[in-house]
Amino acid sequence: MAFRDGPFENLKVPLAWTAAVVVVVGIIGAVMLLLGDSRQTSNADSYAPARAGFEAGAAPAGMVLSAPVRWTGNAVDYVKGYFFAVSENRRLRAQIVELNAWRDDALALKNLNGRYEQMLGVKTEPPVPMVTGLAITDARGPFARSRLLNIGAGKGVRVGNPVLSEHGLVGRIMGVSSGNSRMLLLTDVASRTPVLVERTDARAMLTGDGSGSPRLDYVRGQGSVQEGDRIMSSGDGGGFPRGLPIGVAAKGVDGSWRVKLFSDRTAIDYVRVLLFQDFSQLADQNALNAPPLASLAAAPPPTPAQAVAIQDVATRRAAAAAATAERVRAANAAPPPAPVAAPVAATTAPASTTPRPAAARPATPQPRPAAPRPTAPEPVQPATPNAEPTPAGAAE
Amino acid sequence: MRRAITVRVVGPLQWIVYPALTAIAVTVLLAIPFRLFGLNLPEPVLPIVLAFAWPLIRPSMLAPVVLFGLGLFLDLFWGGTLGLWPLSLLAIYGAILLTSNFLAGQATIVLFALYVASTGMAFFLAYMITMLNLGNAPSILAVLGQAVPTLLLFPLADWLIQRFDDADVRFR
Repeated sequence: MAFRDGPFENLKVPLAWTAAVVVVVGIIGAVMLLLGDSRQTSNADSYAPARAGFEAGAAPAGMVLSAPVRWTGNAVDYVKGYFFAVSENRRLRAQIVELNAWRDDALALKNLNGRYEQMLGVKTEPPVPMVTGLAITDARGPFARSRLLNIGAGKGVRVGNPVLSEHGLVGRIMGVSSGNSRMLLLTDVASRTPVLVERTDARAMLTGDGSGSPRLDYVRGQGSVQEGDRIMSSGDGGGFPRGLPIGVAAKGVDGSWRVKLFSDRTAIDYVRVLLFQDFSQLADQNALNAPPLASLAAAPPPTPAQAVAIQDVATRRAAAAAATAERVRAANAAPPPAPVAAPVAATTAPASTTPRPAAARPATPQPRPAAPRPTAPEPVQPATPNAEPTPAGAAE
Repeated sequence: MRRAITVRVVGPLQWIVYPALTAIAVTVLLAIPFRLFGLNLPEPVLPIVLAFAWPLIRPSMLAPVVLFGLGLFLDLFWGGTLGLWPLSLLAIYGAILLTSNFLAGQATIVLFALYVASTGMAFFLAYMITMLNLGNAPSILAVLGQAVPTLLLFPLADWLIQRFDDADVRFR
């Protein structure tokens, strides 16, 4: 029986209803997508493969579209450089004069710092390798601020790597495909960066909110931040190296502390990705994971000279131990001291009457009376019957 | 002599697929990292225009599907939370679809007021979702920085409605 011959022959569903059903299904699907997204966590994104696939397709289009802009910018820079060469030259000369003094200071401080580090045995961070990339597309909205870069896992870029422009920290890598990567800007609403105030070493959290100047949260203490303080990465948590320049503190219109980013001075086109994961990469993982004293089993036998030295040290230690044991034995074998009358013991000076074994005395000579001292414990002088008990302090 | 009459059929390709592809192209174009005198290109949410105009033109099963795809495209292209813009766009489409019987044939100023309300609802929804999802509220100024360029696109929505609305009661 054909459908049109059935009971639904005259059933006509309004088009608006069917569209509404599709809308409801779509809304349910969108909610499911939202619940499955883990963009706010530092764990791997659950939609990372989908995002990577999409970005692999979007990157070529972005490259093609951004190329004319880049060429035009280069051409404008070239023309400006040609026409403003003289004024630029004067400005650069003045800057060189100013920077020469800073260079001398920096070299002196570097030398001094190196000596301090050597004296204190400070383990400094090794230099971090970096790769240079180009921003292809730019998202500037309030709900997502990110950029697509033309370098990816093929060049060693990994999720979490810090990204810098020529002025300072820009953001970090949040997704990687083989040839592209997505950078989350410091201004993104999902961005959190531990920072410090250079002047006071106070810690804070740089929180993006979709605006151009991210917010400084969790600032503690009176006067720990002032207008114009330089803000840099603190390195807390190990996500970023310490000391990357970020910006300058400023009061926002809402009264909160905000940071004017150094990277906002010019367009972010070329960026450097620091191939820095976390502090764990600074240590030799194999050495850390090796079982304790494992190398002793595989140590080579000592040389004859080392064997003689080891034997000599062992002999000396054995002789010293035997002598110590002999002294202890002699001290234990000495006769116990004679009983002392209680009143006398209380009245006489303890230093001169306490019986001691001769072997336990120190070898250094002590001022003694003229009479020779016996090696046996000193007998206590019998107290005279009419002697009055006198406190030691009242003897004089 | 009788002249052949050519009948131009306006199908979903004309009023759904082509505008959607145009919205994608313009979004990609506006995402170029271009900066002049310290100013960047605007970043309006172009599919909001379509989400507002399509249910007023006529109901369609294809339109919500395309809107869902456009929202996914925005989330993936901008690197945002997946599902944010599909939900916001479909919310606009659903709300306009429910009230389309009352809105058909209204004056342009009324449509503009409705467009402002729809855009506000979409951005409010996106704001709330972002705040709940990330535990951090976006800046109101930043939201206005994207909402205002989107509002300025109302002439496009009005043109779409005028161009494709056939006022056929069979679609009501």
